[in-house]
Order: sequence, then structure tokens, then C-alpha cells
Amino acid sequence: MTEANLDVRSARKDQLVPGATGDWEIIVGLEVHAQVASNAKLFSGASTAFGAEPNANVSLVDAAMPGMLPVINRRCVEQAVRTGLGLNAKINTWSRFDRKNYFYPDLPQGYQISQYKDPIVGEGEIPVETDDGETITVRIERIHLEQDAGKSIHDLSPTETFVDLNRAGVALMEIVSRPDIRSGKEASAYLTKLRAIVRALGTCDGNMDEGSMRADVNVSVRKPGTPFGTRCEIKNVNSMRFVAQAVDYEARRQIAVLEDGGVIKQETRLFNATTGETRALRSKEDAPDYRYFPDPDLLPLELDPKWIEEIRATLPELPDAKRTRFMGAYGLSAYDAGVSAGDLETAVFFETVAQGRDAKLAANWLTQELFGALNKRELALADSPVSAAQLGGLIDLIASGDINGKIAKDVFARMLDSGEDAAVIVEREGLRQVTDTGAIEKAIDDLIAANPDKVAEAKEKPKMFGWWVGQTMKATGGKANPAVVNDLLKQKLGVA
Amino acid sequence: MAIDENTVRRVAHLARLALPEARVAPMAAELNGILAWIEQLNEVDIEGVAPMTSAVATPLPMREDVVTEGGDARKVLANAPKSEDGFFVVPKVVE
Amino acid sequence: MSDLTKLSLTDALDGLASKQFSSREITDAFLAAIDRANPHLNAYVAVTHEKARAMADASDARRAQGRAGRLDGAPLGIKDLFCTEGVRSAACSAILGEFTPTYESTVTANLWAEGAVMLGKLNMDEFAMGSSNETSCFGNVINPWRSAGGNAQLTPGGSSGGSAAATSADLCLAATATDTGGSIRQPAAFTGTVGIKPTYGRCSRWGIVAFASSLDQAGPIGKTVTDAALMLSVMAGHDPKDSTSLPVQTPDFVAAVGRSVKGLKIGVPKEYRVDGMPAEIDALWEKGIAQLKDAGCEIVPISLPHTKYALPTYYIIAPAEASSNLARYDGMRYGARKVGKDLTETYEATRASGFGKEVQRRILIGTYVLSAGYYDAYYLRAQKVRARIAEDFTKAFTQCDAILTPTAPSSAFALGEKAGDPVQMYLNDIFTVTTNLAGLPGISVPAGLDANGLPLGLQVIGRALDEETVFAVAGALEKAAGFSAKAQAWW
Repeated sequence: MTEANLDVRSARKDQLVPGATGDWEIIVGLEVHAQVASNAKLFSGASTAFGAEPNANVSLVDAAMPGMLPVINRRCVEQAVRTGLGLNAKINTWSRFDRKNYFYPDLPQGYQISQYKDPIVGEGEIPVETDDGETITVRIERIHLEQDAGKSIHDLSPTETFVDLNRAGVALMEIVSRPDIRSGKEASAYLTKLRAIVRALGTCDGNMDEGSMRADVNVSVRKPGTPFGTRCEIKNVNSMRFVAQAVDYEARRQIAVLEDGGVIKQETRLFNATTGETRALRSKEDAPDYRYFPDPDLLPLELDPKWIEEIRATLPELPDAKRTRFMGAYGLSAYDAGVSAGDLETAVFFETVAQGRDAKLAANWLTQELFGALNKRELALADSPVSAAQLGGLIDLIASGDINGKIAKDVFARMLDSGEDAAVIVEREGLRQVTDTGAIEKAIDDLIAANPDKVAEAKEKPKMFGWWVGQTMKATGGKANPAVVNDLLKQKLGVA
Repeated sequence: MAIDENTVRRVAHLARLALPEARVAPMAAELNGILAWIEQLNEVDIEGVAPMTSAVATPLPMREDVVTEGGDARKVLANAPKSEDGFFVVPKVVE
Repeated sequence: MSDLTKLSLTDALDGLASKQFSSREITDAFLAAIDRANPHLNAYVAVTHEKARAMADASDARRAQGRAGRLDGAPLGIKDLFCTEGVRSAACSAILGEFTPTYESTVTANLWAEGAVMLGKLNMDEFAMGSSNETSCFGNVINPWRSAGGNAQLTPGGSSGGSAAATSADLCLAATATDTGGSIRQPAAFTGTVGIKPTYGRCSRWGIVAFASSLDQAGPIGKTVTDAALMLSVMAGHDPKDSTSLPVQTPDFVAAVGRSVKGLKIGVPKEYRVDGMPAEIDALWEKGIAQLKDAGCEIVPISLPHTKYALPTYYIIAPAEASSNLARYDGMRYGARKVGKDLTETYEATRASGFGKEVQRRILIGTYVLSAGYYDAYYLRAQKVRARIAEDFTKAFTQCDAILTPTAPSSAFALGEKAGDPVQMYLNDIFTVTTNLAGLPGISVPAGLDANGLPLGLQVIGRALDEETVFAVAGALEKAAGFSAKAQAWW
């Protein structure tokens, strides 16, 4: 791939970072390691379950006992193909496994089985919606399958390292993007989108806390319109927030070095989540010589095109297709559709609420009220105290005119605290909306009698109308139907 | 392509083999002897030949996604020079 | 009862079947012979007396119940490269220390499933890297054969020197062996025994300590072609645990041994007539050609033009794969650990003290040819030449059904004779290594003695998966040669 083919995007003006010598553009590419959702490991029959006792999920193959041989797990291959299809990528019907040789105590074989020259998935691309409301295209360079390493624990002894091989040999997909990302926020949006896709596909659980997804972030900076600068790779960043932080910090660091007359050395860096900084791990010159060569214990992986089509036929609806459908079928705005379809769980929640109801209202309640409340309480949707059915029940009461929007918000707040159904709260608290014109008329008549001066004012100053609405609502305990109040007030005050 | 002493040191380190300084020069000579003999491969016309990585021409067999192994840390640790609480214990790794 | 240890495997099984003797009796006879001979020959690195007796008793019990397997009660020796459950398996390397597998290799498990009895583990070159058995961490094996009138100690060949010497000296009925460049066939030729390396993928590699994965194959060493055929019939078979194991049925190799060779076309490659080869070997080859002609074969001159490049190709590919395969011997999870001041020093000290000189040399060569900047010039080029070598055979087999060559360019040489020059040592495999590169079956059959009274072997090479023709031709040669010489016991 030529520089021109690689360098296809320019950052927006507002994404440029101002420096002493002018504006700088940030260039980012991500290598995301996603753990393949499978029961057994990539080349052995040991379990992939998280949280087992040390070395419990380890086969003789994983421990690299003498004479042990790898046999590939069909499910892992299928999952890689599925992911490739989900990223609109080319599936390579011929791929191969190579050995990447280096010594480390949590790498029992002394090599990692990976795919170097001939990966299972080739080029693809995904649209990514950013916080700025823009949709950018991030190209995928490749996806390859490889083995995870074990875990080294350094803090159990001052002089020794403890090694647990439970993760050793678990299948990873390394999803490599082109350098099409131009800010920390975009990097985070890309990772969010990627996570949504693999979760929808069921190929990775996307659980970043358990390390199921982690990213190596390649960052460089340049003056707009000039060739790419030298990049640094930040290893193992494990949350959306950290990815954005790491990019922003690293860009600022590189800009400072360059503006100081220095040069950027190609190196591997580590991100410190506590300080938000990156530090050098090793330079390119110290980069290990991995001596890749085709693994002679394995044969080339040849995929039957028929099998690929079978896998394609079982692909679930992906976030983008869902978003388009939500816009068409439910009439949602692009933004609401994007949020509602962005995550498998959210989409299921939304469709449960929207079923047979006003979908726009459902989207509003979900994306604004519920997500707002959950964010404040730092809860995931799965832990929401209000279920989709309960939120639907609340919307039903609004639609039937039993409660108005203002009361609905109060009811919703109580639902969040108690987990009760909306109808139960409305009934118990007597919050049903007053649509009885007689009662509202009486309230208005009483107000007119008590405030004759305000009647005249209302005619002159349209703003005063708001005061009358407020007073009427107050007099009816907030339960009056606002539309009825409006009509009656206009009539009785004689305003147009 | 003769191997110099620095290359011998670099390769020995890559292979994690301690090579006493006194052995570096003789090893370079030995390796160069072998490589000089190997050089005759440059005579062979390999134009358009696909590299042969295996003598087997069948497709890669695949296993079903079933847990069939593991569950016995003792078996895995049975020959370990040092282990504790189910872990392999190795000299301190410094990053 | 005459000396049971002198029997062939086939005759011993007949004797067991007809209750002329029990497995316990023949096993005890072998254990006694080993205890007597091993201090002199050093063929075994571990003798499993108790296990052997227990297996023999179990076999006798099965026979009494009338449910005997194909090898039931037959005492065998196992090359130390095979992992055997509960029995130290060290590949004759100090780096494995007292490594005792918790698992059994597929090939040996196949033998035990048919009732065979294990006598012990056989000596070999460290990690199967050698042609003289001098690289074993347990010291070299001594060939039971000596030059007429001399008493110089000779090599049994390698790497399966223990397997060949033990079979030759009647210290087992037959033995398992492995062959990466000639490690079954050259020792068989040096000891007057029969050894076959089957088609790559015929025997499972699971549980065999890996040397060079794309070349390693297990096979037997036996006293006769029929014995080798019977052993291979049991050792072979598809194994889903080895991705390179061929999903094919194992034919009845024993039946193939007696098959007529009339009308078979036997290729004689002109490139195997190398400079400096002893005239006796050339003469023996001619004799073999004449014998096959007499048996009704048609002799076809063929050309394998890339033969001379096979060894240099091998000495790139095998060390490259070995450098990676042997990375796991790091003293972290098993084997001997030598602690240094930090992790890197521990690795380097462990591996420098655990691996012998030849193994280290090959690891260095292999690391070098795979390293950045050299991969294309060495490794990639070697893989392409390998394709050329395989292509030579494909073309040749359009003209012939099997190929006849000498097994080795000399008879057994003196210990230490070639230890100083690695390339001279490597040249031992000049006739055998081609079949490893091409993945083809090759057998060595004893065909006569040289002027010093030392055995010489002829090699028959066949098409992939056509061991049956190989056995048929080998059987014809064995019959014609009438080879019956045995080493005079000096031990």
C-alpha cells in the first residue's frame, strides 16, 4: 500500500491541535485484540472460562510439554470469518499460521502461533459515528487469528514471578485498522463501534474489564498537508476513555518534542491509567527479531467458499443495518437511531419499548431520561432498575392521557428508586391527569376572581399567559391536562 | 554471507544461549564452515518455484469447539522446577 | 529352550501364541541380556524392569483368556524421543533432566494397545541431532559390530543408534525409532538391521519430542523386513491430535512383504553414484540391482538432478525448525533450571548448560537463517529447493515404481572419527535425507558385508503412501541377499 493510499483523510479544522509553530494533525491507527468467543482454546481443548484457579484451564499443549501438537478449533475460525464479514472485509480462502519467536515465561512454546503474511481476513471498512455527529469511514487492514499469552504476576513475591497459563492459547483476533483516525475521540468512537459489532456478531464478548478487548494505539503527528510523521505504539490500552486519553497525551508529547526541535523515535510505549501519561518501553532498534516462519505443525487453512456463505447467511442484523431500519421503520432521527441501535442490548431494549407505541417517544425516554439517570447512577443498562416493559408502561400512561409529561418525569424518578410499575405509583399517589374541564374551569374562574389586574395584563403582554398556565397547573396539583388548560385560558382571558 | 563475531553474539542472545567470549570466534568459524557449504544452494534455479512448507498436501484438519482437556493443574505442574499455589514460579521478570 | 532373545519378532509371537514360552519368560530373558550387555553397549538409557515384568504378566493373563493383541507379549525397546507416561523421557538431553511425562505418545500407546511390553528407553543423539550417537547426554552407544580382527569401537550410527544396536545385539525384539534425515535407515545399515521411515504423516508425531516438525517421522527397526512391516502396521494410523497425520487406513504391510515384484520398475538414480564412495558399496548396489532383475523387476535408469542440494537444504530447514521447537526448553515449566542473576541470565545459563554442543550449533544456525535480513536468502530459498527435490521424485515416479540406492556412503565408522568436522558428519545422510524432504517412504535392508565384515544396507524408496511396494521390494532383496550375519558377542 502506497503512502497516498494510506493517507486518505484530513482532520477537520477543530480537530487540529494548536502549537507554537502552528496547527498539528493527529494520525491514529488501532490494533485491537479481541478475544474470540469460544468454549475451548485456539489450538487445544482447554477451557477459555474466565476466573478459574491458576493453571486449571491448561492442557499439555498450552503448557508446551514436549511432543505436544496444535489442532485448530473450527469455531475460532468461524468466528474470525464472521467478524470479517461483519466488518465488510475480504475473507481469504487461503491463509496460514506462522510462529512468532520470542522468550517470555508466560509464552510456554517460546513462540506465539499467529498469522503474519497470510491472514484469514483482508481489507474491510466500517462507518463510525463520532460525538460530533460526523460519520467517518475507518478502513480495516486485516484480521488475523493468534494465541493469547499467559499471565505473569509480579507482586506475589519480591524476587520471583508467578505464572498462570489459563489464558495461554486462548484465541485472539487482531483487528488492524488503517491510520484513518484523527483524534482521541475518534479513536474511542471507533473502538466503541468495533465493540458493538463484535458483540452483535457474538464473536467477542467485548468485556474490557476482563481483558477481552484491548488496543495497541499507533499515534503520530504532522503539520496538515505533510507526510505522516514517525509513530509510536502505545500497548494494551483497555478502555474507551483511556484510548482517547492516551492519544491526546501522546500527541501533545510528540508535538512538544517536535516543537522543541527534537525528533520522534519509533518506539513502543506504555499507558499509565493513573497518571494518563505514556512512557517509553523499548525503541525500534531494540525491537525483538521475531523470526516469523510458517508453523510446520500446521497446514495452510483453506476455507470452502460454501462455508463462508453459510456463515454469511447466519449473520445477525448489525448496528448499521439496525440504525437504518430504526430510521425507516420507527421514524427516528439519525442520532436517536444511532444511539438506540449502537449496542445489542440497547437495541433490544428499545424495540421492546417501541413495540406498538410511539417510537420517537420511546427513543426520547430511552436515550435521554433512562440513559441520563443510569449515567448519573453509574449503572449499565443490564442493571437498570426500570425494565423495558416498565418504561413501556409509563409511555402507555402518557399516550392514554392518564398522566402528562411533567408528572411522567416524577413517576419515572420514583420508578428508578423503587422499581415499581408506573401504574402502581400513579394510582397510589393519585397522579392521574385532570381532563375534567369543569374542575379546570373552576380553578381558572377562582384565579380570575382573585387576580383581576393580571387579567388585563394578560391581554397586553403575551408573556403573562405563561403565568396563568403556571398558576392553573399549580392549583390543580400539576395534574391538569396542559392542552385543556391552554384552550380554556385562551377562551376565558380572551386572548388569541 | 560470512557471520562475524558480533552476529554470533546477537544470534546467541536471540536463542538465549550463553556463549562464553572464548567460544565466540571458534563458533563463528564453525558456523561459517557450515554456511559456506550451504552456499551451493545459490546454484539452483528457483525461478517461479513455490516454497514447500510441508510434505502433506491435505487441508488443515479442525477440532470441534469442545472442552476436552485441562482441569488438572497438578498434571501441568508435575515436572516444574518450582511451583507454588498452583502457579509456576520463575525468576523475577523485569519490564 | 534355546535363547529366546535370538528370535525374530514374528517367530517370538508364534512361540507366544503356541504357548512355547510365556511373555514373562521372554521378557526376563531380555532383561537379563540387557543387564549383561548394557554396561558395554550403552544402548539403553533406562531399563524398566518392573514395568516390563508387569506388562508381560498382564500379557500372559490376556493370552490365557484368549484375547491377545497383534504384538501381545513382545518385548520392545523405545527410543528416548518418545514420551512414555511415568517413565523418564529426556530425548537424551540434559536440559530435560528427569522429565517424566504424564502422557503417552500415540505411537507407543498404539504398541501397548496391541499388547507389546516395554523394556526401557533407548539411547540416541541428543534431540535426534547426530549421525553417530555421540551427542547423547548419556554417552554414546557402541555398535555390537566390530571390524574383522579389530576391536576398535564403532558407532552404531544415529540418531537411533540405541534402537539399532539393541535390535542388532538381541536386546529387544524390535524397537521404535525416528528419522528426520536418515536417523532410522543409517543406523539400521550400520548394524545389519531393517529400518523403515514411512511416508510423512503415516505415524503420529504426537508425544514424540520434536526435532524438525516437517521432516520428523517415526518408524521401526527390526531384525527382518516382516518384523519391520508388523511393527509399522501397529505404530501407524491416523491421529486427530496431529494436524499433519494423514487420514488414511493402514494397509496390511506384512502381507506386502511376500508380494511378487515381477514387472515392477526399479529406478536407479545416477546422481547417487557420488565421488569417493567405496567401491564395495557400488558393488553391493550393483548386486542388488542384479537380484531385483532376477526377481523379475525392470531396471530403469533415472535422474534426481537436485540430489546434491538435499543436504544443504536440510541443514537450513531442520535447524530452523529445531531452533523454534527447542525454544520451549527454557527451565521454566519442566527440565533442569540453572538460575542466573535475572531472567535472561537464567534462560541463557539453563540452555547453555542443558543443550550439548551440536544442538547449540544447530540452534544458532537455525536462529541465524530465520533472522531478519537472512530469511529470504536461506530459509525461503531452501524451501524452494526442497520443492525442486520433491519434484525430482514426482517425475522419477512416472518412470518407475520404486527406487534402489545405497543407504549410507560408508559402513560403520570409528567413534570420534568424524566428530571434529560437522559437515563430514552431515554427509552420512546424503542418500537418506532426500526422502525426508520429499516426505517419501524409505527402507534400509541389510544386503551384505564389506571387506571388514561390517554390514552394509540398501535403500528402497517408494511413492508417498506406497510402503507396500517398498516392503515387497525389500522382501525380495532380503530373500535374495540371504543376509544372516550377526555381530559376534564381545560384550
